[in-house]
Amino acid sequence: MAMSVREDKRVVTDVQTSERPAAGIAHPVIEVTGLHKAYGATVAVEDVSFVVGNGEIFGILGPNGAGKTTTVECLSGLRVPDRGTISVLGLDPQRDRHTVRALVGVQLQEGLMPSKLTVGELVDLFASFYPSPADARELLELLGLTAKRDDYYKRLSGGQKQRVSIALALIGNPKVAILDELTTGLDPQARRETWGLIEGVRDRGVTIVLVTHFMDEAERLCDRVALIDSGRVIAMDTPARLAEREGGGNHMRFHPSRPFDDALLVGLPEVDRLEHQGDRVVVSGTGDLINAVISRLATAGVEAHDVQLESATLEDAFVRLAGHPSETSNGAGER
Amino acid sequence: MSASTATVPGRPSSKALKALVASESRLAWREPVGLVLGVGVPVMLLVIFGLSSGFQKRIVSTNPTTYRTVYVPILIALVLTLIAVISLPIPIVVQRERKFLRRLSTTPVAPLWLLSAQVAVNFVLALVAMVLIVAGSALFFSVHAPSQVPGFILAVLLATACLFAIGLVIAAVAPSERAAGAIGSALIFPLMFFAGLWQPSQTVTPSVMHDISNLTPLGAAVHAMLRSMQGTFPTIGSLAVMAAWAAIFTIAAVKLFRWE
Repeated sequence: MAMSVREDKRVVTDVQTSERPAAGIAHPVIEVTGLHKAYGATVAVEDVSFVVGNGEIFGILGPNGAGKTTTVECLSGLRVPDRGTISVLGLDPQRDRHTVRALVGVQLQEGLMPSKLTVGELVDLFASFYPSPADARELLELLGLTAKRDDYYKRLSGGQKQRVSIALALIGNPKVAILDELTTGLDPQARRETWGLIEGVRDRGVTIVLVTHFMDEAERLCDRVALIDSGRVIAMDTPARLAEREGGGNHMRFHPSRPFDDALLVGLPEVDRLEHQGDRVVVSGTGDLINAVISRLATAGVEAHDVQLESATLEDAFVRLAGHPSETSNGAGER
Repeated sequence: MSASTATVPGRPSSKALKALVASESRLAWREPVGLVLGVGVPVMLLVIFGLSSGFQKRIVSTNPTTYRTVYVPILIALVLTLIAVISLPIPIVVQRERKFLRRLSTTPVAPLWLLSAQVAVNFVLALVAMVLIVAGSALFFSVHAPSQVPGFILAVLLATACLFAIGLVIAAVAPSERAAGAIGSALIFPLMFFAGLWQPSQTVTPSVMHDISNLTPLGAAVHAMLRSMQGTFPTIGSLAVMAAWAAIFTIAAVKLFRWE
Protein backbone atom coordinates (compact mmCIF):
# COMPACT_ATOMS: atom_id res chain seq x y z
CA MET A 1 0.00 0.00 0.00
CA ALA A 2 2.52 2.50 1.19
CA MET A 3 4.80 1.62 -1.70
CA SER A 4 2.17 2.26 -4.31
CA VAL A 5 1.39 5.65 -2.80
CA ARG A 6 5.03 6.55 -3.04
CA GLU A 7 5.25 5.41 -6.60
CA ASP A 8 2.37 7.73 -7.47
CA LYS A 9 4.30 10.69 -6.19
CA ARG A 10 7.21 10.02 -8.45
CA VAL A 11 5.68 11.90 -11.27
CA VAL A 12 7.99 13.17 -13.91
CA THR A 13 7.96 16.85 -14.60
CA ASP A 14 9.80 17.67 -17.73
CA VAL A 15 11.49 20.98 -17.10
CA GLN A 16 11.87 21.91 -20.72
CA THR A 17 8.18 21.69 -21.51
CA SER A 18 6.63 22.73 -18.23
CA GLU A 19 4.90 26.02 -18.80
CA ARG A 20 2.90 25.38 -15.65
CA PRO A 21 5.13 23.51 -13.22
CA ALA A 22 2.09 22.13 -11.35
CA ALA A 23 1.21 19.92 -14.30
CA GLY A 24 1.45 16.30 -13.27
CA ILE A 25 1.71 16.71 -9.50
CA ALA A 26 -1.48 15.50 -7.89
CA HIS A 27 -1.32 17.38 -4.59
CA PRO A 28 1.19 20.20 -4.87
CA VAL A 29 2.37 21.51 -1.52
CA ILE A 30 5.03 23.86 -2.84
CA GLU A 31 4.93 25.67 -6.17
CA VAL A 32 7.79 27.87 -7.25
CA THR A 33 7.56 29.68 -10.57
CA GLY A 34 10.22 31.84 -12.18
CA LEU A 35 12.07 32.59 -8.94
CA HIS A 36 14.79 35.22 -9.32
CA LYS A 37 16.96 36.69 -6.58
CA ALA A 38 20.09 38.85 -6.76
CA TYR A 39 22.29 40.29 -4.03
CA GLY A 40 23.45 43.54 -5.52
CA ALA A 41 25.15 42.65 -8.78
CA THR A 42 25.47 38.97 -7.89
CA VAL A 43 22.62 36.88 -9.23
CA ALA A 44 22.10 34.00 -6.81
CA VAL A 45 18.99 32.55 -8.42
CA GLU A 46 18.41 33.24 -12.10
CA ASP A 47 15.25 31.33 -12.87
CA VAL A 48 14.00 28.46 -10.75
CA SER A 49 10.65 26.68 -10.99
CA PHE A 50 9.54 23.44 -9.40
CA VAL A 51 6.63 21.76 -7.72
CA VAL A 52 6.74 19.50 -4.69
CA GLY A 53 3.94 17.03 -4.09
CA ASN A 54 2.44 16.10 -0.75
CA GLY A 55 4.62 13.65 1.18
CA GLU A 56 7.57 13.83 -1.19
CA ILE A 57 11.21 14.07 -0.28
CA PHE A 58 12.29 16.61 -2.85
CA GLY A 59 16.00 17.23 -3.31
CA ILE A 60 17.57 20.48 -4.40
CA LEU A 61 21.01 19.56 -5.63
CA GLY A 62 23.93 21.41 -6.99
CA PRO A 63 27.44 22.62 -6.27
CA ASN A 64 28.23 25.27 -3.66
CA GLY A 65 27.05 28.66 -4.82
CA ALA A 66 24.46 27.24 -7.24
CA GLY A 67 21.63 29.10 -5.51
CA LYS A 68 20.15 26.23 -3.49
CA THR A 69 20.18 27.98 -0.14
CA THR A 70 18.79 31.21 -1.52
CA THR A 71 15.97 29.23 -3.11
CA VAL A 72 14.92 27.60 0.15
CA GLU A 73 15.40 30.82 2.09
CA CYS A 74 12.81 32.37 -0.19
CA LEU A 75 10.57 29.35 0.47
CA SER A 76 10.77 29.81 4.22
CA GLY A 77 10.19 33.55 3.96
CA LEU A 78 13.67 34.55 5.15
CA ARG A 79 14.33 36.33 1.87
CA VAL A 80 12.09 38.25 -0.46
CA PRO A 81 12.34 37.13 -4.10
CA ASP A 82 13.02 39.82 -6.69
CA ARG A 83 10.74 38.09 -9.18
CA GLY A 84 8.61 34.98 -9.41
CA THR A 85 5.90 33.47 -7.28
CA ILE A 86 6.10 31.05 -4.40
CA SER A 87 3.24 29.17 -2.88
CA VAL A 88 3.72 27.00 0.20
CA LEU A 89 0.60 25.11 1.28
CA GLY A 90 -1.33 27.60 -0.81
CA LEU A 91 0.16 30.54 1.09
CA ASP A 92 2.61 33.30 0.21
CA PRO A 93 5.65 33.11 2.51
CA GLN A 94 5.84 36.92 2.65
CA ARG A 95 2.17 37.91 2.82
CA ASP A 96 1.14 35.05 5.12
CA ARG A 97 4.44 34.87 6.94
CA HIS A 98 2.98 33.98 10.30
CA THR A 99 0.94 31.05 9.07
CA VAL A 100 3.75 29.80 6.87
CA ARG A 101 6.19 29.95 9.79
CA ALA A 102 3.83 27.95 11.96
CA LEU A 103 3.46 25.27 9.28
CA VAL A 104 7.00 25.04 7.92
CA GLY A 105 9.87 23.67 9.99
CA VAL A 106 13.33 24.84 9.02
CA GLN A 107 16.80 23.54 9.63
CA LEU A 108 19.34 26.17 8.66
CA GLN A 109 22.87 25.70 7.52
CA GLU A 110 25.32 26.67 10.31
CA GLY A 111 22.70 27.60 12.89
CA LEU A 112 23.90 27.14 16.46
CA MET A 113 21.81 27.13 19.59
CA PRO A 114 22.72 28.88 22.86
CA SER A 115 25.45 26.67 24.29
CA LYS A 116 24.26 26.56 27.90
CA LEU A 117 20.71 25.37 27.33
CA THR A 118 20.00 21.66 27.60
CA VAL A 119 18.49 19.64 24.77
CA GLY A 120 15.23 19.34 26.70
CA GLU A 121 15.09 23.08 27.41
CA LEU A 122 15.71 23.92 23.75
CA VAL A 123 12.97 21.61 22.56
CA ASP A 124 10.52 22.97 25.16
CA LEU A 125 11.46 26.55 24.24
CA PHE A 126 10.77 25.97 20.55
CA ALA A 127 7.59 24.03 21.38
CA SER A 128 6.26 27.18 23.07
CA PHE A 129 6.50 29.07 19.77
CA TYR A 130 3.97 26.90 17.97
CA PRO A 131 0.19 26.60 18.37
CA SER A 132 0.09 22.80 18.39
CA PRO A 133 3.57 21.42 18.96
CA ALA A 134 4.61 17.80 18.71
CA ASP A 135 5.19 15.71 21.80
CA ALA A 136 8.72 16.62 22.89
CA ARG A 137 9.40 13.32 24.62
CA GLU A 138 8.32 11.31 21.60
CA LEU A 139 10.35 13.47 19.22
CA LEU A 140 13.52 13.13 21.30
CA GLU A 141 12.94 9.38 21.33
CA LEU A 142 12.54 9.31 17.53
CA LEU A 143 15.80 11.20 17.11
CA GLY A 144 17.68 9.13 19.67
CA LEU A 145 18.22 12.12 21.96
CA THR A 146 16.42 10.89 25.07
CA ALA A 147 19.66 10.13 26.88
CA LYS A 148 20.97 13.62 26.01
CA ARG A 149 17.90 15.44 27.31
CA ASP A 150 19.71 17.05 30.25
CA ASP A 151 23.01 17.73 28.48
CA TYR A 152 24.06 21.22 27.52
CA TYR A 153 23.95 21.88 23.79
CA LYS A 154 27.66 22.70 23.77
CA ARG A 155 28.51 19.22 25.08
CA LEU A 156 26.93 17.47 22.09
CA SER A 157 28.82 15.94 19.16
CA GLY A 158 28.32 17.27 15.65
CA GLY A 159 25.86 14.51 14.82
CA GLN A 160 23.89 15.10 18.01
CA LYS A 161 23.72 18.85 17.33
CA GLN A 162 22.44 18.06 13.87
CA ARG A 163 19.76 15.82 15.35
CA VAL A 164 18.79 18.62 17.75
CA SER A 165 18.36 20.97 14.82
CA ILE A 166 16.17 18.35 13.10
CA ALA A 167 14.16 18.01 16.32
CA LEU A 168 13.70 21.79 16.46
CA ALA A 169 12.62 21.82 12.81
CA LEU A 170 9.95 19.24 13.64
CA ILE A 171 8.77 20.33 17.10
CA GLY A 172 6.07 22.59 15.67
CA ASN A 173 4.37 19.65 13.92
CA PRO A 174 5.13 21.15 10.50
CA LYS A 175 3.46 20.09 7.27
CA VAL A 176 6.67 20.91 5.42
CA ALA A 177 10.26 20.59 6.61
CA ILE A 178 13.09 22.40 4.84
CA LEU A 179 16.45 20.87 5.64
CA ASP A 180 19.54 22.68 4.40
CA GLU A 181 22.85 20.78 4.20
CA LEU A 182 21.55 18.17 6.57
CA THR A 183 24.63 15.99 6.77
CA THR A 184 27.44 18.36 5.90
CA GLY A 185 30.26 17.87 8.37
CA LEU A 186 28.99 14.55 9.68
CA ASP A 187 30.97 11.33 9.56
CA PRO A 188 29.68 8.54 7.27
CA GLN A 189 28.07 6.63 10.13
CA ALA A 190 26.18 9.69 11.38
CA ARG A 191 25.12 10.53 7.83
CA ARG A 192 23.55 7.11 7.32
CA GLU A 193 21.76 7.37 10.66
CA THR A 194 20.42 10.80 9.73
CA TRP A 195 19.12 9.48 6.41
CA GLY A 196 17.16 6.81 8.26
CA LEU A 197 15.65 9.50 10.48
CA ILE A 198 14.52 11.57 7.52
CA GLU A 199 12.73 8.61 6.01
CA GLY A 200 11.02 8.14 9.37
CA VAL A 201 9.93 11.78 9.33
CA ARG A 202 8.44 11.45 5.86
CA ASP A 203 6.54 8.41 7.01
CA ARG A 204 4.85 10.72 9.51
CA GLY A 205 3.39 12.60 6.54
CA VAL A 206 5.78 15.54 6.41
CA THR A 207 6.75 16.87 2.99
CA ILE A 208 10.52 17.39 2.92
CA VAL A 209 12.67 19.74 0.89
CA LEU A 210 16.25 18.62 1.21
CA VAL A 211 19.10 20.84 0.10
CA THR A 212 22.33 19.01 -0.51
CA HIS A 213 25.45 18.94 -2.59
CA PHE A 214 25.93 15.23 -1.93
CA MET A 215 24.77 13.18 -4.90
CA ASP A 216 24.74 9.94 -2.90
CA GLU A 217 22.47 11.52 -0.30
CA ALA A 218 19.99 12.54 -2.98
CA GLU A 219 20.12 9.11 -4.62
CA ARG A 220 19.38 7.43 -1.32
CA LEU A 221 16.68 9.74 0.04
CA CYS A 222 14.92 11.76 -2.61
CA ASP A 223 11.80 10.83 -4.54
CA ARG A 224 12.66 13.55 -7.03
CA VAL A 225 15.48 16.00 -7.40
CA ALA A 226 16.03 19.31 -9.11
CA LEU A 227 19.60 19.79 -10.29
CA ILE A 228 20.53 23.45 -9.94
CA ASP A 229 23.56 25.08 -11.49
CA SER A 230 24.33 28.79 -11.69
CA GLY A 231 20.87 29.71 -10.44
CA ARG A 232 18.92 27.59 -12.94
CA VAL A 233 17.21 24.22 -12.80
CA ILE A 234 19.08 22.10 -15.35
CA ALA A 235 17.11 18.89 -14.83
CA MET A 236 14.36 17.49 -12.65
CA ASP A 237 13.27 13.88 -12.24
CA THR A 238 13.66 10.85 -9.98
CA PRO A 239 17.32 10.25 -9.16
CA ALA A 240 17.28 6.88 -10.94
CA ARG A 241 15.75 8.22 -14.15
CA LEU A 242 18.00 11.24 -14.17
CA ALA A 243 21.05 9.07 -13.76
CA GLU A 244 19.91 6.71 -16.47
CA ARG A 245 18.70 9.32 -18.94
CA GLU A 246 21.33 12.00 -18.43
CA GLY A 247 24.20 10.05 -16.96
CA GLY A 248 25.16 8.31 -20.18
CA GLY A 249 23.37 5.07 -19.31
CA ASN A 250 24.83 1.93 -17.80
CA HIS A 251 28.10 0.35 -18.72
CA MET A 252 28.53 -3.40 -19.03
CA ARG A 253 32.03 -4.84 -19.21
CA PHE A 254 32.83 -8.45 -20.08
CA HIS A 255 35.34 -10.82 -21.65
CA PRO A 256 33.74 -12.54 -24.67
CA SER A 257 34.51 -16.26 -24.95
CA ARG A 258 35.51 -15.57 -28.58
CA PRO A 259 35.66 -12.51 -30.86
CA PHE A 260 32.40 -11.41 -32.47
CA ASP A 261 31.19 -8.81 -34.93
CA ASP A 262 30.31 -5.49 -33.21
CA ALA A 263 27.19 -5.23 -35.37
CA LEU A 264 25.74 -8.13 -33.38
CA LEU A 265 25.27 -5.87 -30.34
CA VAL A 266 25.16 -2.37 -31.83
CA GLY A 267 21.89 -3.23 -33.51
CA LEU A 268 20.16 -3.76 -30.14
CA PRO A 269 17.78 -0.97 -29.06
CA GLU A 270 19.29 -1.03 -25.53
CA VAL A 271 22.83 -0.46 -26.78
CA ASP A 272 24.14 3.02 -27.54
CA ARG A 273 27.83 2.42 -27.84
CA LEU A 274 30.39 -0.37 -27.94
CA GLU A 275 34.07 -0.07 -27.14
CA HIS A 276 37.01 -2.47 -27.00
CA GLN A 277 39.42 -2.15 -24.09
CA GLY A 278 42.10 -4.74 -24.83
CA ASP A 279 40.26 -8.04 -24.93
CA ARG A 280 37.42 -6.60 -22.89
CA VAL A 281 34.24 -5.22 -24.39
CA VAL A 282 32.42 -2.26 -22.87
CA VAL A 283 28.80 -1.82 -23.93
CA SER A 284 26.99 1.34 -22.92
CA GLY A 285 23.26 1.72 -23.03
CA THR A 286 20.01 1.97 -21.15
CA GLY A 287 17.20 -0.32 -20.00
CA ASP A 288 17.75 -4.01 -19.38
CA LEU A 289 21.19 -3.94 -20.90
CA ILE A 290 22.61 -7.13 -19.35
CA ASN A 291 19.84 -9.45 -20.44
CA ALA A 292 19.63 -8.02 -23.94
CA VAL A 293 23.37 -8.35 -24.49
CA ILE A 294 23.74 -11.82 -22.99
CA SER A 295 20.81 -13.32 -24.89
CA ARG A 296 21.95 -11.76 -28.19
CA LEU A 297 25.50 -13.08 -27.62
CA ALA A 298 24.02 -16.52 -26.90
CA THR A 299 22.33 -16.60 -30.32
CA ALA A 300 25.83 -16.34 -31.84
CA GLY A 301 27.24 -18.89 -29.43
CA VAL A 302 29.31 -16.32 -27.53
CA GLU A 303 29.53 -16.38 -23.75
CA ALA A 304 30.19 -13.29 -21.59
CA HIS A 305 32.66 -13.85 -18.78
CA ASP A 306 33.57 -11.60 -15.79
CA VAL A 307 30.53 -9.43 -16.35
CA GLN A 308 30.61 -6.11 -14.51
CA LEU A 309 27.78 -3.63 -14.56
CA GLU A 310 28.35 0.01 -13.75
CA SER A 311 25.27 2.11 -13.32
CA ALA A 312 25.34 5.76 -14.18
CA THR A 313 25.08 7.93 -11.09
CA LEU A 314 23.53 11.29 -10.45
CA GLU A 315 27.05 12.64 -10.40
CA ASP A 316 27.48 11.41 -14.01
CA ALA A 317 24.21 13.09 -14.91
CA PHE A 318 25.29 16.29 -13.28
CA VAL A 319 28.64 16.36 -15.02
CA ARG A 320 27.02 15.79 -18.40
CA LEU A 321 24.33 18.40 -17.82
CA ALA A 322 26.39 21.11 -16.19
CA GLY A 323 29.56 20.47 -18.14
CA HIS A 324 31.60 20.44 -14.92
CA PRO A 325 31.73 18.22 -11.87
CA SER A 326 29.73 19.04 -8.77
CA GLU A 327 31.90 19.71 -5.75
CA THR A 328 31.20 16.98 -3.30
CA SER A 329 33.78 18.23 -0.86
CA ASN A 330 32.60 19.56 2.48
CA GLY A 331 32.97 23.11 1.32
CA ALA A 332 32.16 26.20 3.31
CA GLY A 333 28.59 27.40 3.25
CA GLU A 334 27.04 29.33 0.47
CA ARG A 335 24.67 32.23 0.62
CA MET B 1 2.13 42.77 8.35
CA SER B 2 0.28 43.58 11.54
CA ALA B 3 -3.03 43.14 9.75
CA SER B 4 -2.26 39.55 8.85
CA THR B 5 -0.67 38.65 12.18
CA ALA B 6 -3.80 39.61 14.05
CA THR B 7 -5.99 36.97 12.49
CA VAL B 8 -3.85 33.96 11.68
CA PRO B 9 -3.28 30.94 13.86
CA GLY B 10 0.22 30.60 15.21
CA ARG B 11 0.41 34.14 16.46
CA PRO B 12 3.06 34.21 19.17
CA SER B 13 1.47 33.73 22.54
CA SER B 14 2.37 34.89 26.02
CA LYS B 15 3.47 31.27 26.42
CA ALA B 16 6.31 31.95 23.98
CA LEU B 17 7.37 35.18 25.68
CA LYS B 18 7.37 33.49 29.10
CA ALA B 19 9.46 30.64 27.73
CA LEU B 20 11.94 33.09 26.20
CA VAL B 21 12.26 35.06 29.44
CA ALA B 22 12.76 31.80 31.33
CA SER B 23 15.41 30.65 28.91
CA GLU B 24 17.25 34.01 28.91
CA SER B 25 17.16 33.94 32.72
CA ARG B 26 18.68 30.46 32.74
CA LEU B 27 21.42 31.63 30.42
CA ALA B 28 22.04 34.70 32.62
CA TRP B 29 22.33 32.40 35.64
CA ARG B 30 24.61 29.91 33.89
CA GLU B 31 26.88 32.50 32.29
CA PRO B 32 26.73 34.90 35.19
CA VAL B 33 28.55 37.95 33.79
CA GLY B 34 25.46 40.03 34.48
CA LEU B 35 25.06 38.62 37.97
CA VAL B 36 28.66 39.35 38.85
CA LEU B 37 28.44 42.89 37.48
CA GLY B 38 24.95 43.60 38.73
CA VAL B 39 25.07 42.06 42.19
CA GLY B 40 28.71 41.25 42.93
CA VAL B 41 30.15 44.65 42.03
CA PRO B 42 27.68 46.78 44.05
CA VAL B 43 28.04 44.63 47.14
CA MET B 44 31.82 44.78 46.91
CA LEU B 45 31.91 48.55 46.35
CA LEU B 46 29.43 49.15 49.16
CA VAL B 47 31.67 47.29 51.55
CA ILE B 48 34.69 49.32 50.40
CA PHE B 49 32.84 52.61 50.76
CA GLY B 50 31.47 51.58 54.11
CA LEU B 51 34.80 50.55 55.53
CA SER B 52 36.99 53.41 54.28
CA SER B 53 36.83 56.25 56.74
CA GLY B 54 37.35 58.87 54.03
CA PHE B 55 33.85 58.34 52.71
CA GLN B 56 32.30 59.32 56.06
CA LYS B 57 33.63 62.88 55.74
CA ARG B 58 31.43 65.76 54.81
CA ILE B 59 32.19 67.30 51.45
CA VAL B 60 31.70 70.82 52.78
CA SER B 61 31.85 71.35 56.50
CA THR B 62 28.71 73.48 56.49
CA ASN B 63 26.62 70.81 54.69
CA PRO B 64 25.70 67.42 56.20
CA THR B 65 26.19 65.66 52.86
CA THR B 66 28.95 63.07 53.18
CA TYR B 67 30.97 61.41 50.47
CA ARG B 68 29.00 58.22 51.17
CA THR B 69 25.75 59.97 50.28
CA VAL B 70 27.22 61.42 47.13
CA TYR B 71 28.57 58.06 46.06
CA VAL B 72 25.28 56.17 46.33
CA PRO B 73 23.89 57.57 43.04
CA ILE B 74 27.33 57.23 41.45
CA LEU B 75 27.36 53.56 42.46
CA ILE B 76 23.89 53.12 41.02
CA ALA B 77 25.05 54.77 37.80
CA LEU B 78 28.04 52.44 37.70
CA VAL B 79 26.10 49.18 38.05
CA LEU B 80 23.46 50.35 35.62
CA THR B 81 26.24 51.10 33.15
CA LEU B 82 27.93 47.73 33.65
CA ILE B 83 24.66 45.89 33.17
CA ALA B 84 23.60 48.01 30.20
CA VAL B 85 26.82 47.98 28.20
CA ILE B 86 28.05 44.44 28.99
CA SER B 87 25.36 42.14 30.31
CA LEU B 88 22.58 43.36 28.01
CA PRO B 89 24.23 43.52 24.57
CA ILE B 90 26.68 40.61 24.69
CA PRO B 91 24.16 37.74 24.73
CA ILE B 92 22.28 39.42 21.88
CA VAL B 93 25.45 39.73 19.82
CA VAL B 94 26.44 36.14 20.62
CA GLN B 95 23.05 34.83 19.55
CA ARG B 96 23.23 36.80 16.34
CA GLU B 97 26.77 35.53 15.68
CA ARG B 98 25.59 31.97 16.19
CA LYS B 99 22.72 32.65 13.74
CA PHE B 100 20.25 31.93 16.50
CA LEU B 101 18.33 35.14 15.80
CA ARG B 102 18.05 34.05 12.19
CA ARG B 103 16.83 30.64 13.25
CA LEU B 104 14.21 32.32 15.45
CA SER B 105 12.94 34.35 12.52
CA THR B 106 11.94 31.11 10.77
CA THR B 107 9.56 30.38 13.65
CA PRO B 108 6.32 32.22 14.42
CA VAL B 109 8.28 34.14 17.09
CA ALA B 110 10.03 37.28 15.90
CA PRO B 111 13.62 37.76 17.08
CA LEU B 112 12.39 41.04 18.60
CA TRP B 113 10.83 38.86 21.29
CA LEU B 114 14.22 37.59 22.29
CA LEU B 115 15.46 41.17 22.59
CA SER B 116 12.50 42.00 24.80
CA ALA B 117 13.21 38.98 26.97
CA GLN B 118 16.84 40.02 27.27
CA VAL B 119 15.83 43.58 28.26
CA ALA B 120 13.39 42.20 30.84
CA VAL B 121 15.99 39.92 32.42
CA ASN B 122 18.54 42.72 32.67
CA PHE B 123 15.96 45.13 34.01
CA VAL B 124 15.26 42.74 36.87
CA LEU B 125 18.99 42.45 37.45
CA ALA B 126 19.30 46.26 37.55
CA LEU B 127 16.41 46.51 40.02
CA VAL B 128 18.03 43.96 42.32
CA ALA B 129 21.32 45.84 42.16
CA MET B 130 19.70 49.19 42.94
CA VAL B 131 17.70 47.81 45.84
CA LEU B 132 20.91 46.29 47.23
CA ILE B 133 22.73 49.61 47.01
CA VAL B 134 19.96 51.76 48.45
CA ALA B 135 19.00 49.33 51.18
CA GLY B 136 22.57 48.36 51.99
CA SER B 137 23.79 51.94 52.29
CA ALA B 138 20.79 52.90 54.42
CA LEU B 139 20.95 49.88 56.73
CA PHE B 140 24.66 49.55 57.25
CA PHE B 141 26.20 52.92 56.48
CA SER B 142 23.47 55.28 57.71
CA VAL B 143 22.98 57.00 54.37
CA HIS B 144 19.44 58.40 54.24
CA ALA B 145 17.18 56.44 51.94
CA PRO B 146 15.77 58.65 49.16
CA SER B 147 13.09 60.82 50.72
CA GLN B 148 11.64 62.06 47.43
CA VAL B 149 10.54 58.57 46.39
CA PRO B 150 8.60 59.36 43.17
CA GLY B 151 11.39 61.64 42.00
CA PHE B 152 14.00 59.00 42.74
CA ILE B 153 12.06 56.28 40.92
CA LEU B 154 11.55 58.53 37.93
CA ALA B 155 15.24 59.40 37.84
CA VAL B 156 16.25 55.75 38.10
CA LEU B 157 13.82 54.64 35.39
CA LEU B 158 14.97 57.34 32.99
CA ALA B 159 18.61 56.52 33.68
CA THR B 160 17.88 52.84 33.03
CA ALA B 161 16.05 53.64 29.79
CA CYS B 162 18.93 55.80 28.66
CA LEU B 163 21.64 53.25 29.45
CA PHE B 164 19.71 50.25 28.10
CA ALA B 165 19.20 52.14 24.86
CA ILE B 166 22.97 52.65 24.69
CA GLY B 167 23.37 48.90 25.32
CA LEU B 168 21.01 48.13 22.46
CA VAL B 169 22.98 50.42 20.15
CA ILE B 170 26.06 48.35 21.03
CA ALA B 171 24.08 45.19 20.31
CA ALA B 172 23.02 46.74 17.02
CA VAL B 173 26.45 47.76 15.73
CA ALA B 174 28.90 45.25 17.26
CA PRO B 175 29.82 42.65 14.65
CA SER B 176 31.15 40.14 17.18
CA GLU B 177 31.22 39.28 20.85
CA ARG B 178 34.76 40.66 21.15
CA ALA B 179 33.78 43.91 19.48
CA ALA B 180 30.79 44.27 21.79
CA GLY B 181 33.01 43.72 24.81
CA ALA B 182 35.52 46.28 23.56
CA ILE B 183 32.90 48.93 22.76
CA GLY B 184 31.17 48.37 26.10
CA SER B 185 34.37 48.62 28.12
CA ALA B 186 35.50 51.69 26.22
CA LEU B 187 32.18 53.43 26.91
CA ILE B 188 32.31 52.84 30.65
CA PHE B 189 35.08 55.39 31.16
CA PRO B 190 33.60 58.51 29.53
CA LEU B 191 30.14 57.68 30.87
CA MET B 192 31.42 57.22 34.40
CA PHE B 193 33.77 60.20 34.20
CA PHE B 194 30.79 62.51 33.84
CA ALA B 195 28.93 60.57 36.50
CA GLY B 196 31.67 61.69 38.84
CA LEU B 197 33.12 58.29 39.65
CA TRP B 198 36.61 59.74 40.01
CA GLN B 199 35.57 63.14 41.23
CA PRO B 200 31.98 63.79 42.31
CA SER B 201 30.70 66.92 40.59
CA GLN B 202 29.95 68.54 43.97
CA THR B 203 33.67 68.79 44.51
CA VAL B 204 34.51 70.20 41.11
CA THR B 205 34.99 73.93 41.10
CA PRO B 206 34.81 75.07 37.47
CA SER B 207 31.11 75.31 36.78
CA VAL B 208 31.69 74.72 33.05
CA MET B 209 32.59 71.11 33.82
CA HIS B 210 29.47 70.91 35.93
CA ASP B 211 27.32 72.15 33.06
CA ILE B 212 28.86 69.75 30.56
CA SER B 213 28.46 66.87 32.97
CA ASN B 214 24.79 67.67 33.47
CA LEU B 215 24.20 67.32 29.74
CA THR B 216 25.57 63.76 29.63
CA PRO B 217 23.30 60.79 30.40
CA LEU B 218 25.00 59.83 33.63
CA GLY B 219 25.81 63.35 34.79
CA ALA B 220 22.11 64.13 34.59
CA ALA B 221 21.21 60.79 36.20
CA VAL B 222 23.48 61.28 39.20
CA HIS B 223 22.29 64.86 39.61
CA ALA B 224 18.64 63.80 39.56
CA MET B 225 19.15 60.89 41.94
CA LEU B 226 21.14 62.93 44.44
CA ARG B 227 18.52 65.67 44.55
CA SER B 228 15.74 63.20 45.21
CA MET B 229 17.82 61.52 47.90
CA GLN B 230 18.07 64.89 49.59
CA GLY B 231 14.33 65.41 49.47
CA THR B 232 13.83 67.59 46.40
CA PHE B 233 12.24 66.61 43.11
CA PRO B 234 14.86 66.31 40.33
CA THR B 235 15.19 69.33 38.07
CA ILE B 236 13.18 69.17 34.88
CA GLY B 237 16.42 69.82 33.02
CA SER B 238 18.11 66.66 34.27
CA LEU B 239 15.04 64.55 33.52
CA ALA B 240 14.73 66.09 30.06
CA VAL B 241 18.40 65.39 29.30
CA MET B 242 17.94 61.71 30.16
CA ALA B 243 14.69 61.44 28.22
CA ALA B 244 16.32 63.03 25.18
CA TRP B 245 19.31 60.67 25.27
CA ALA B 246 17.01 57.69 25.77
CA ALA B 247 15.00 58.71 22.70
CA ILE B 248 18.10 59.32 20.58
CA PHE B 249 19.72 55.99 21.45
CA THR B 250 16.48 54.05 21.08
CA ILE B 251 15.95 55.45 17.60
CA ALA B 252 19.58 54.71 16.74
CA ALA B 253 19.26 51.12 17.99
CA VAL B 254 16.09 50.54 15.98
CA LYS B 255 17.63 52.05 12.83
CA LEU B 256 20.94 50.23 13.13
CA PHE B 257 19.84 46.81 14.32
CA ARG B 258 20.69 43.85 12.09
CA TRP B 259 19.13 40.48 12.69
CA GLU B 260 21.90 38.62 10.87
